[in-house]
Amino acid sequence: MESKNYHEDLSHIRLMMERSSRFLSLSGISGIGAGVVALFGAIYIHFVLLQNNISYFDGKKNVFSTELITQLALIGVVILVLAVFSGYFFTIRKSKKINQPIWNKTTQRMLSDFAVPLFAGAVFCFALLYHGLLLFIAPATLIFYGLALVIAEKHTLNDIKYLGYCQIILGSLSLFSLGWGLVFWAVGFGILHIIYGAVMYKKYR
Amino acid sequence: MLNINKLNKEFESRVRLGIMSVLMVNEWVDFTEMKNLLEITDGNLASHSAALEKSKYIEVKKEFVGKKPRTSYRVTESGKEAFREHLSGLEKLLGK
Repeated sequence: MESKNYHEDLSHIRLMMERSSRFLSLSGISGIGAGVVALFGAIYIHFVLLQNNISYFDGKKNVFSTELITQLALIGVVILVLAVFSGYFFTIRKSKKINQPIWNKTTQRMLSDFAVPLFAGAVFCFALLYHGLLLFIAPATLIFYGLALVIAEKHTLNDIKYLGYCQIILGSLSLFSLGWGLVFWAVGFGILHIIYGAVMYKKYR
Repeated sequence: MLNINKLNKEFESRVRLGIMSVLMVNEWVDFTEMKNLLEITDGNLASHSAALEKSKYIEVKKEFVGKKPRTSYRVTESGKEAFREHLSGLEKLLGK
């Protein structure tokens, strides 16, 4: 009888420590949603490039017209907004399910840590765009995003760091085969997210 | 039983255990945040935190943010020690 109570005490302690220091509402479905969006985005970009007679796979510095760059940037923004929205939507749903407020100290800390490498990455990518080094954008986004995930790890599910490592590795590899950047990008942001989301969904349902 | 004396009477209540657990892994935690984390009422939190403060396990800070008063809690060194002892007491009790 008594020892059962002590067991409950211990699990209560653990629950309170975790709940107060980790953001646990991150839903696996969020990952799947963001991944699907990214995958469709990459395919769409591929067709846009084809239409403009640009073969990305050459890895050579193609001439990108200003119009095309604007169009690509616009597609990028749309992908980002849709991906963030799908992540947000499913995370809200999960936080309601486990009855935890989504906006608390832990979330704020996680987001501010997450934002630092992402902000540096954004500046870096803008500079690349500015200098016309478009081929380096895909590797750079993968690497900075991976770093952000690894840093966010201490405020959320530990598993997210493995996703971060994979993104960093993919990004680094793609630096050496620039022509395949879009493919690496689709694998990193699309397929890895979907796999990660599915694994998390099964593990923490 | 053997180690039962090692268990701290102050930590018998779930609410107090919860308060201590939260404060072990966070610096300052304010009243509302704590209440939401533990899913308890205002009065419940107030009375238990007062008891912990009385035994000098936690420190209470009251300040004004604009016109609203805000109460925050932090664990003291002796609180940390007492909680650790309580934990190892629990572990010994449950371990073989």
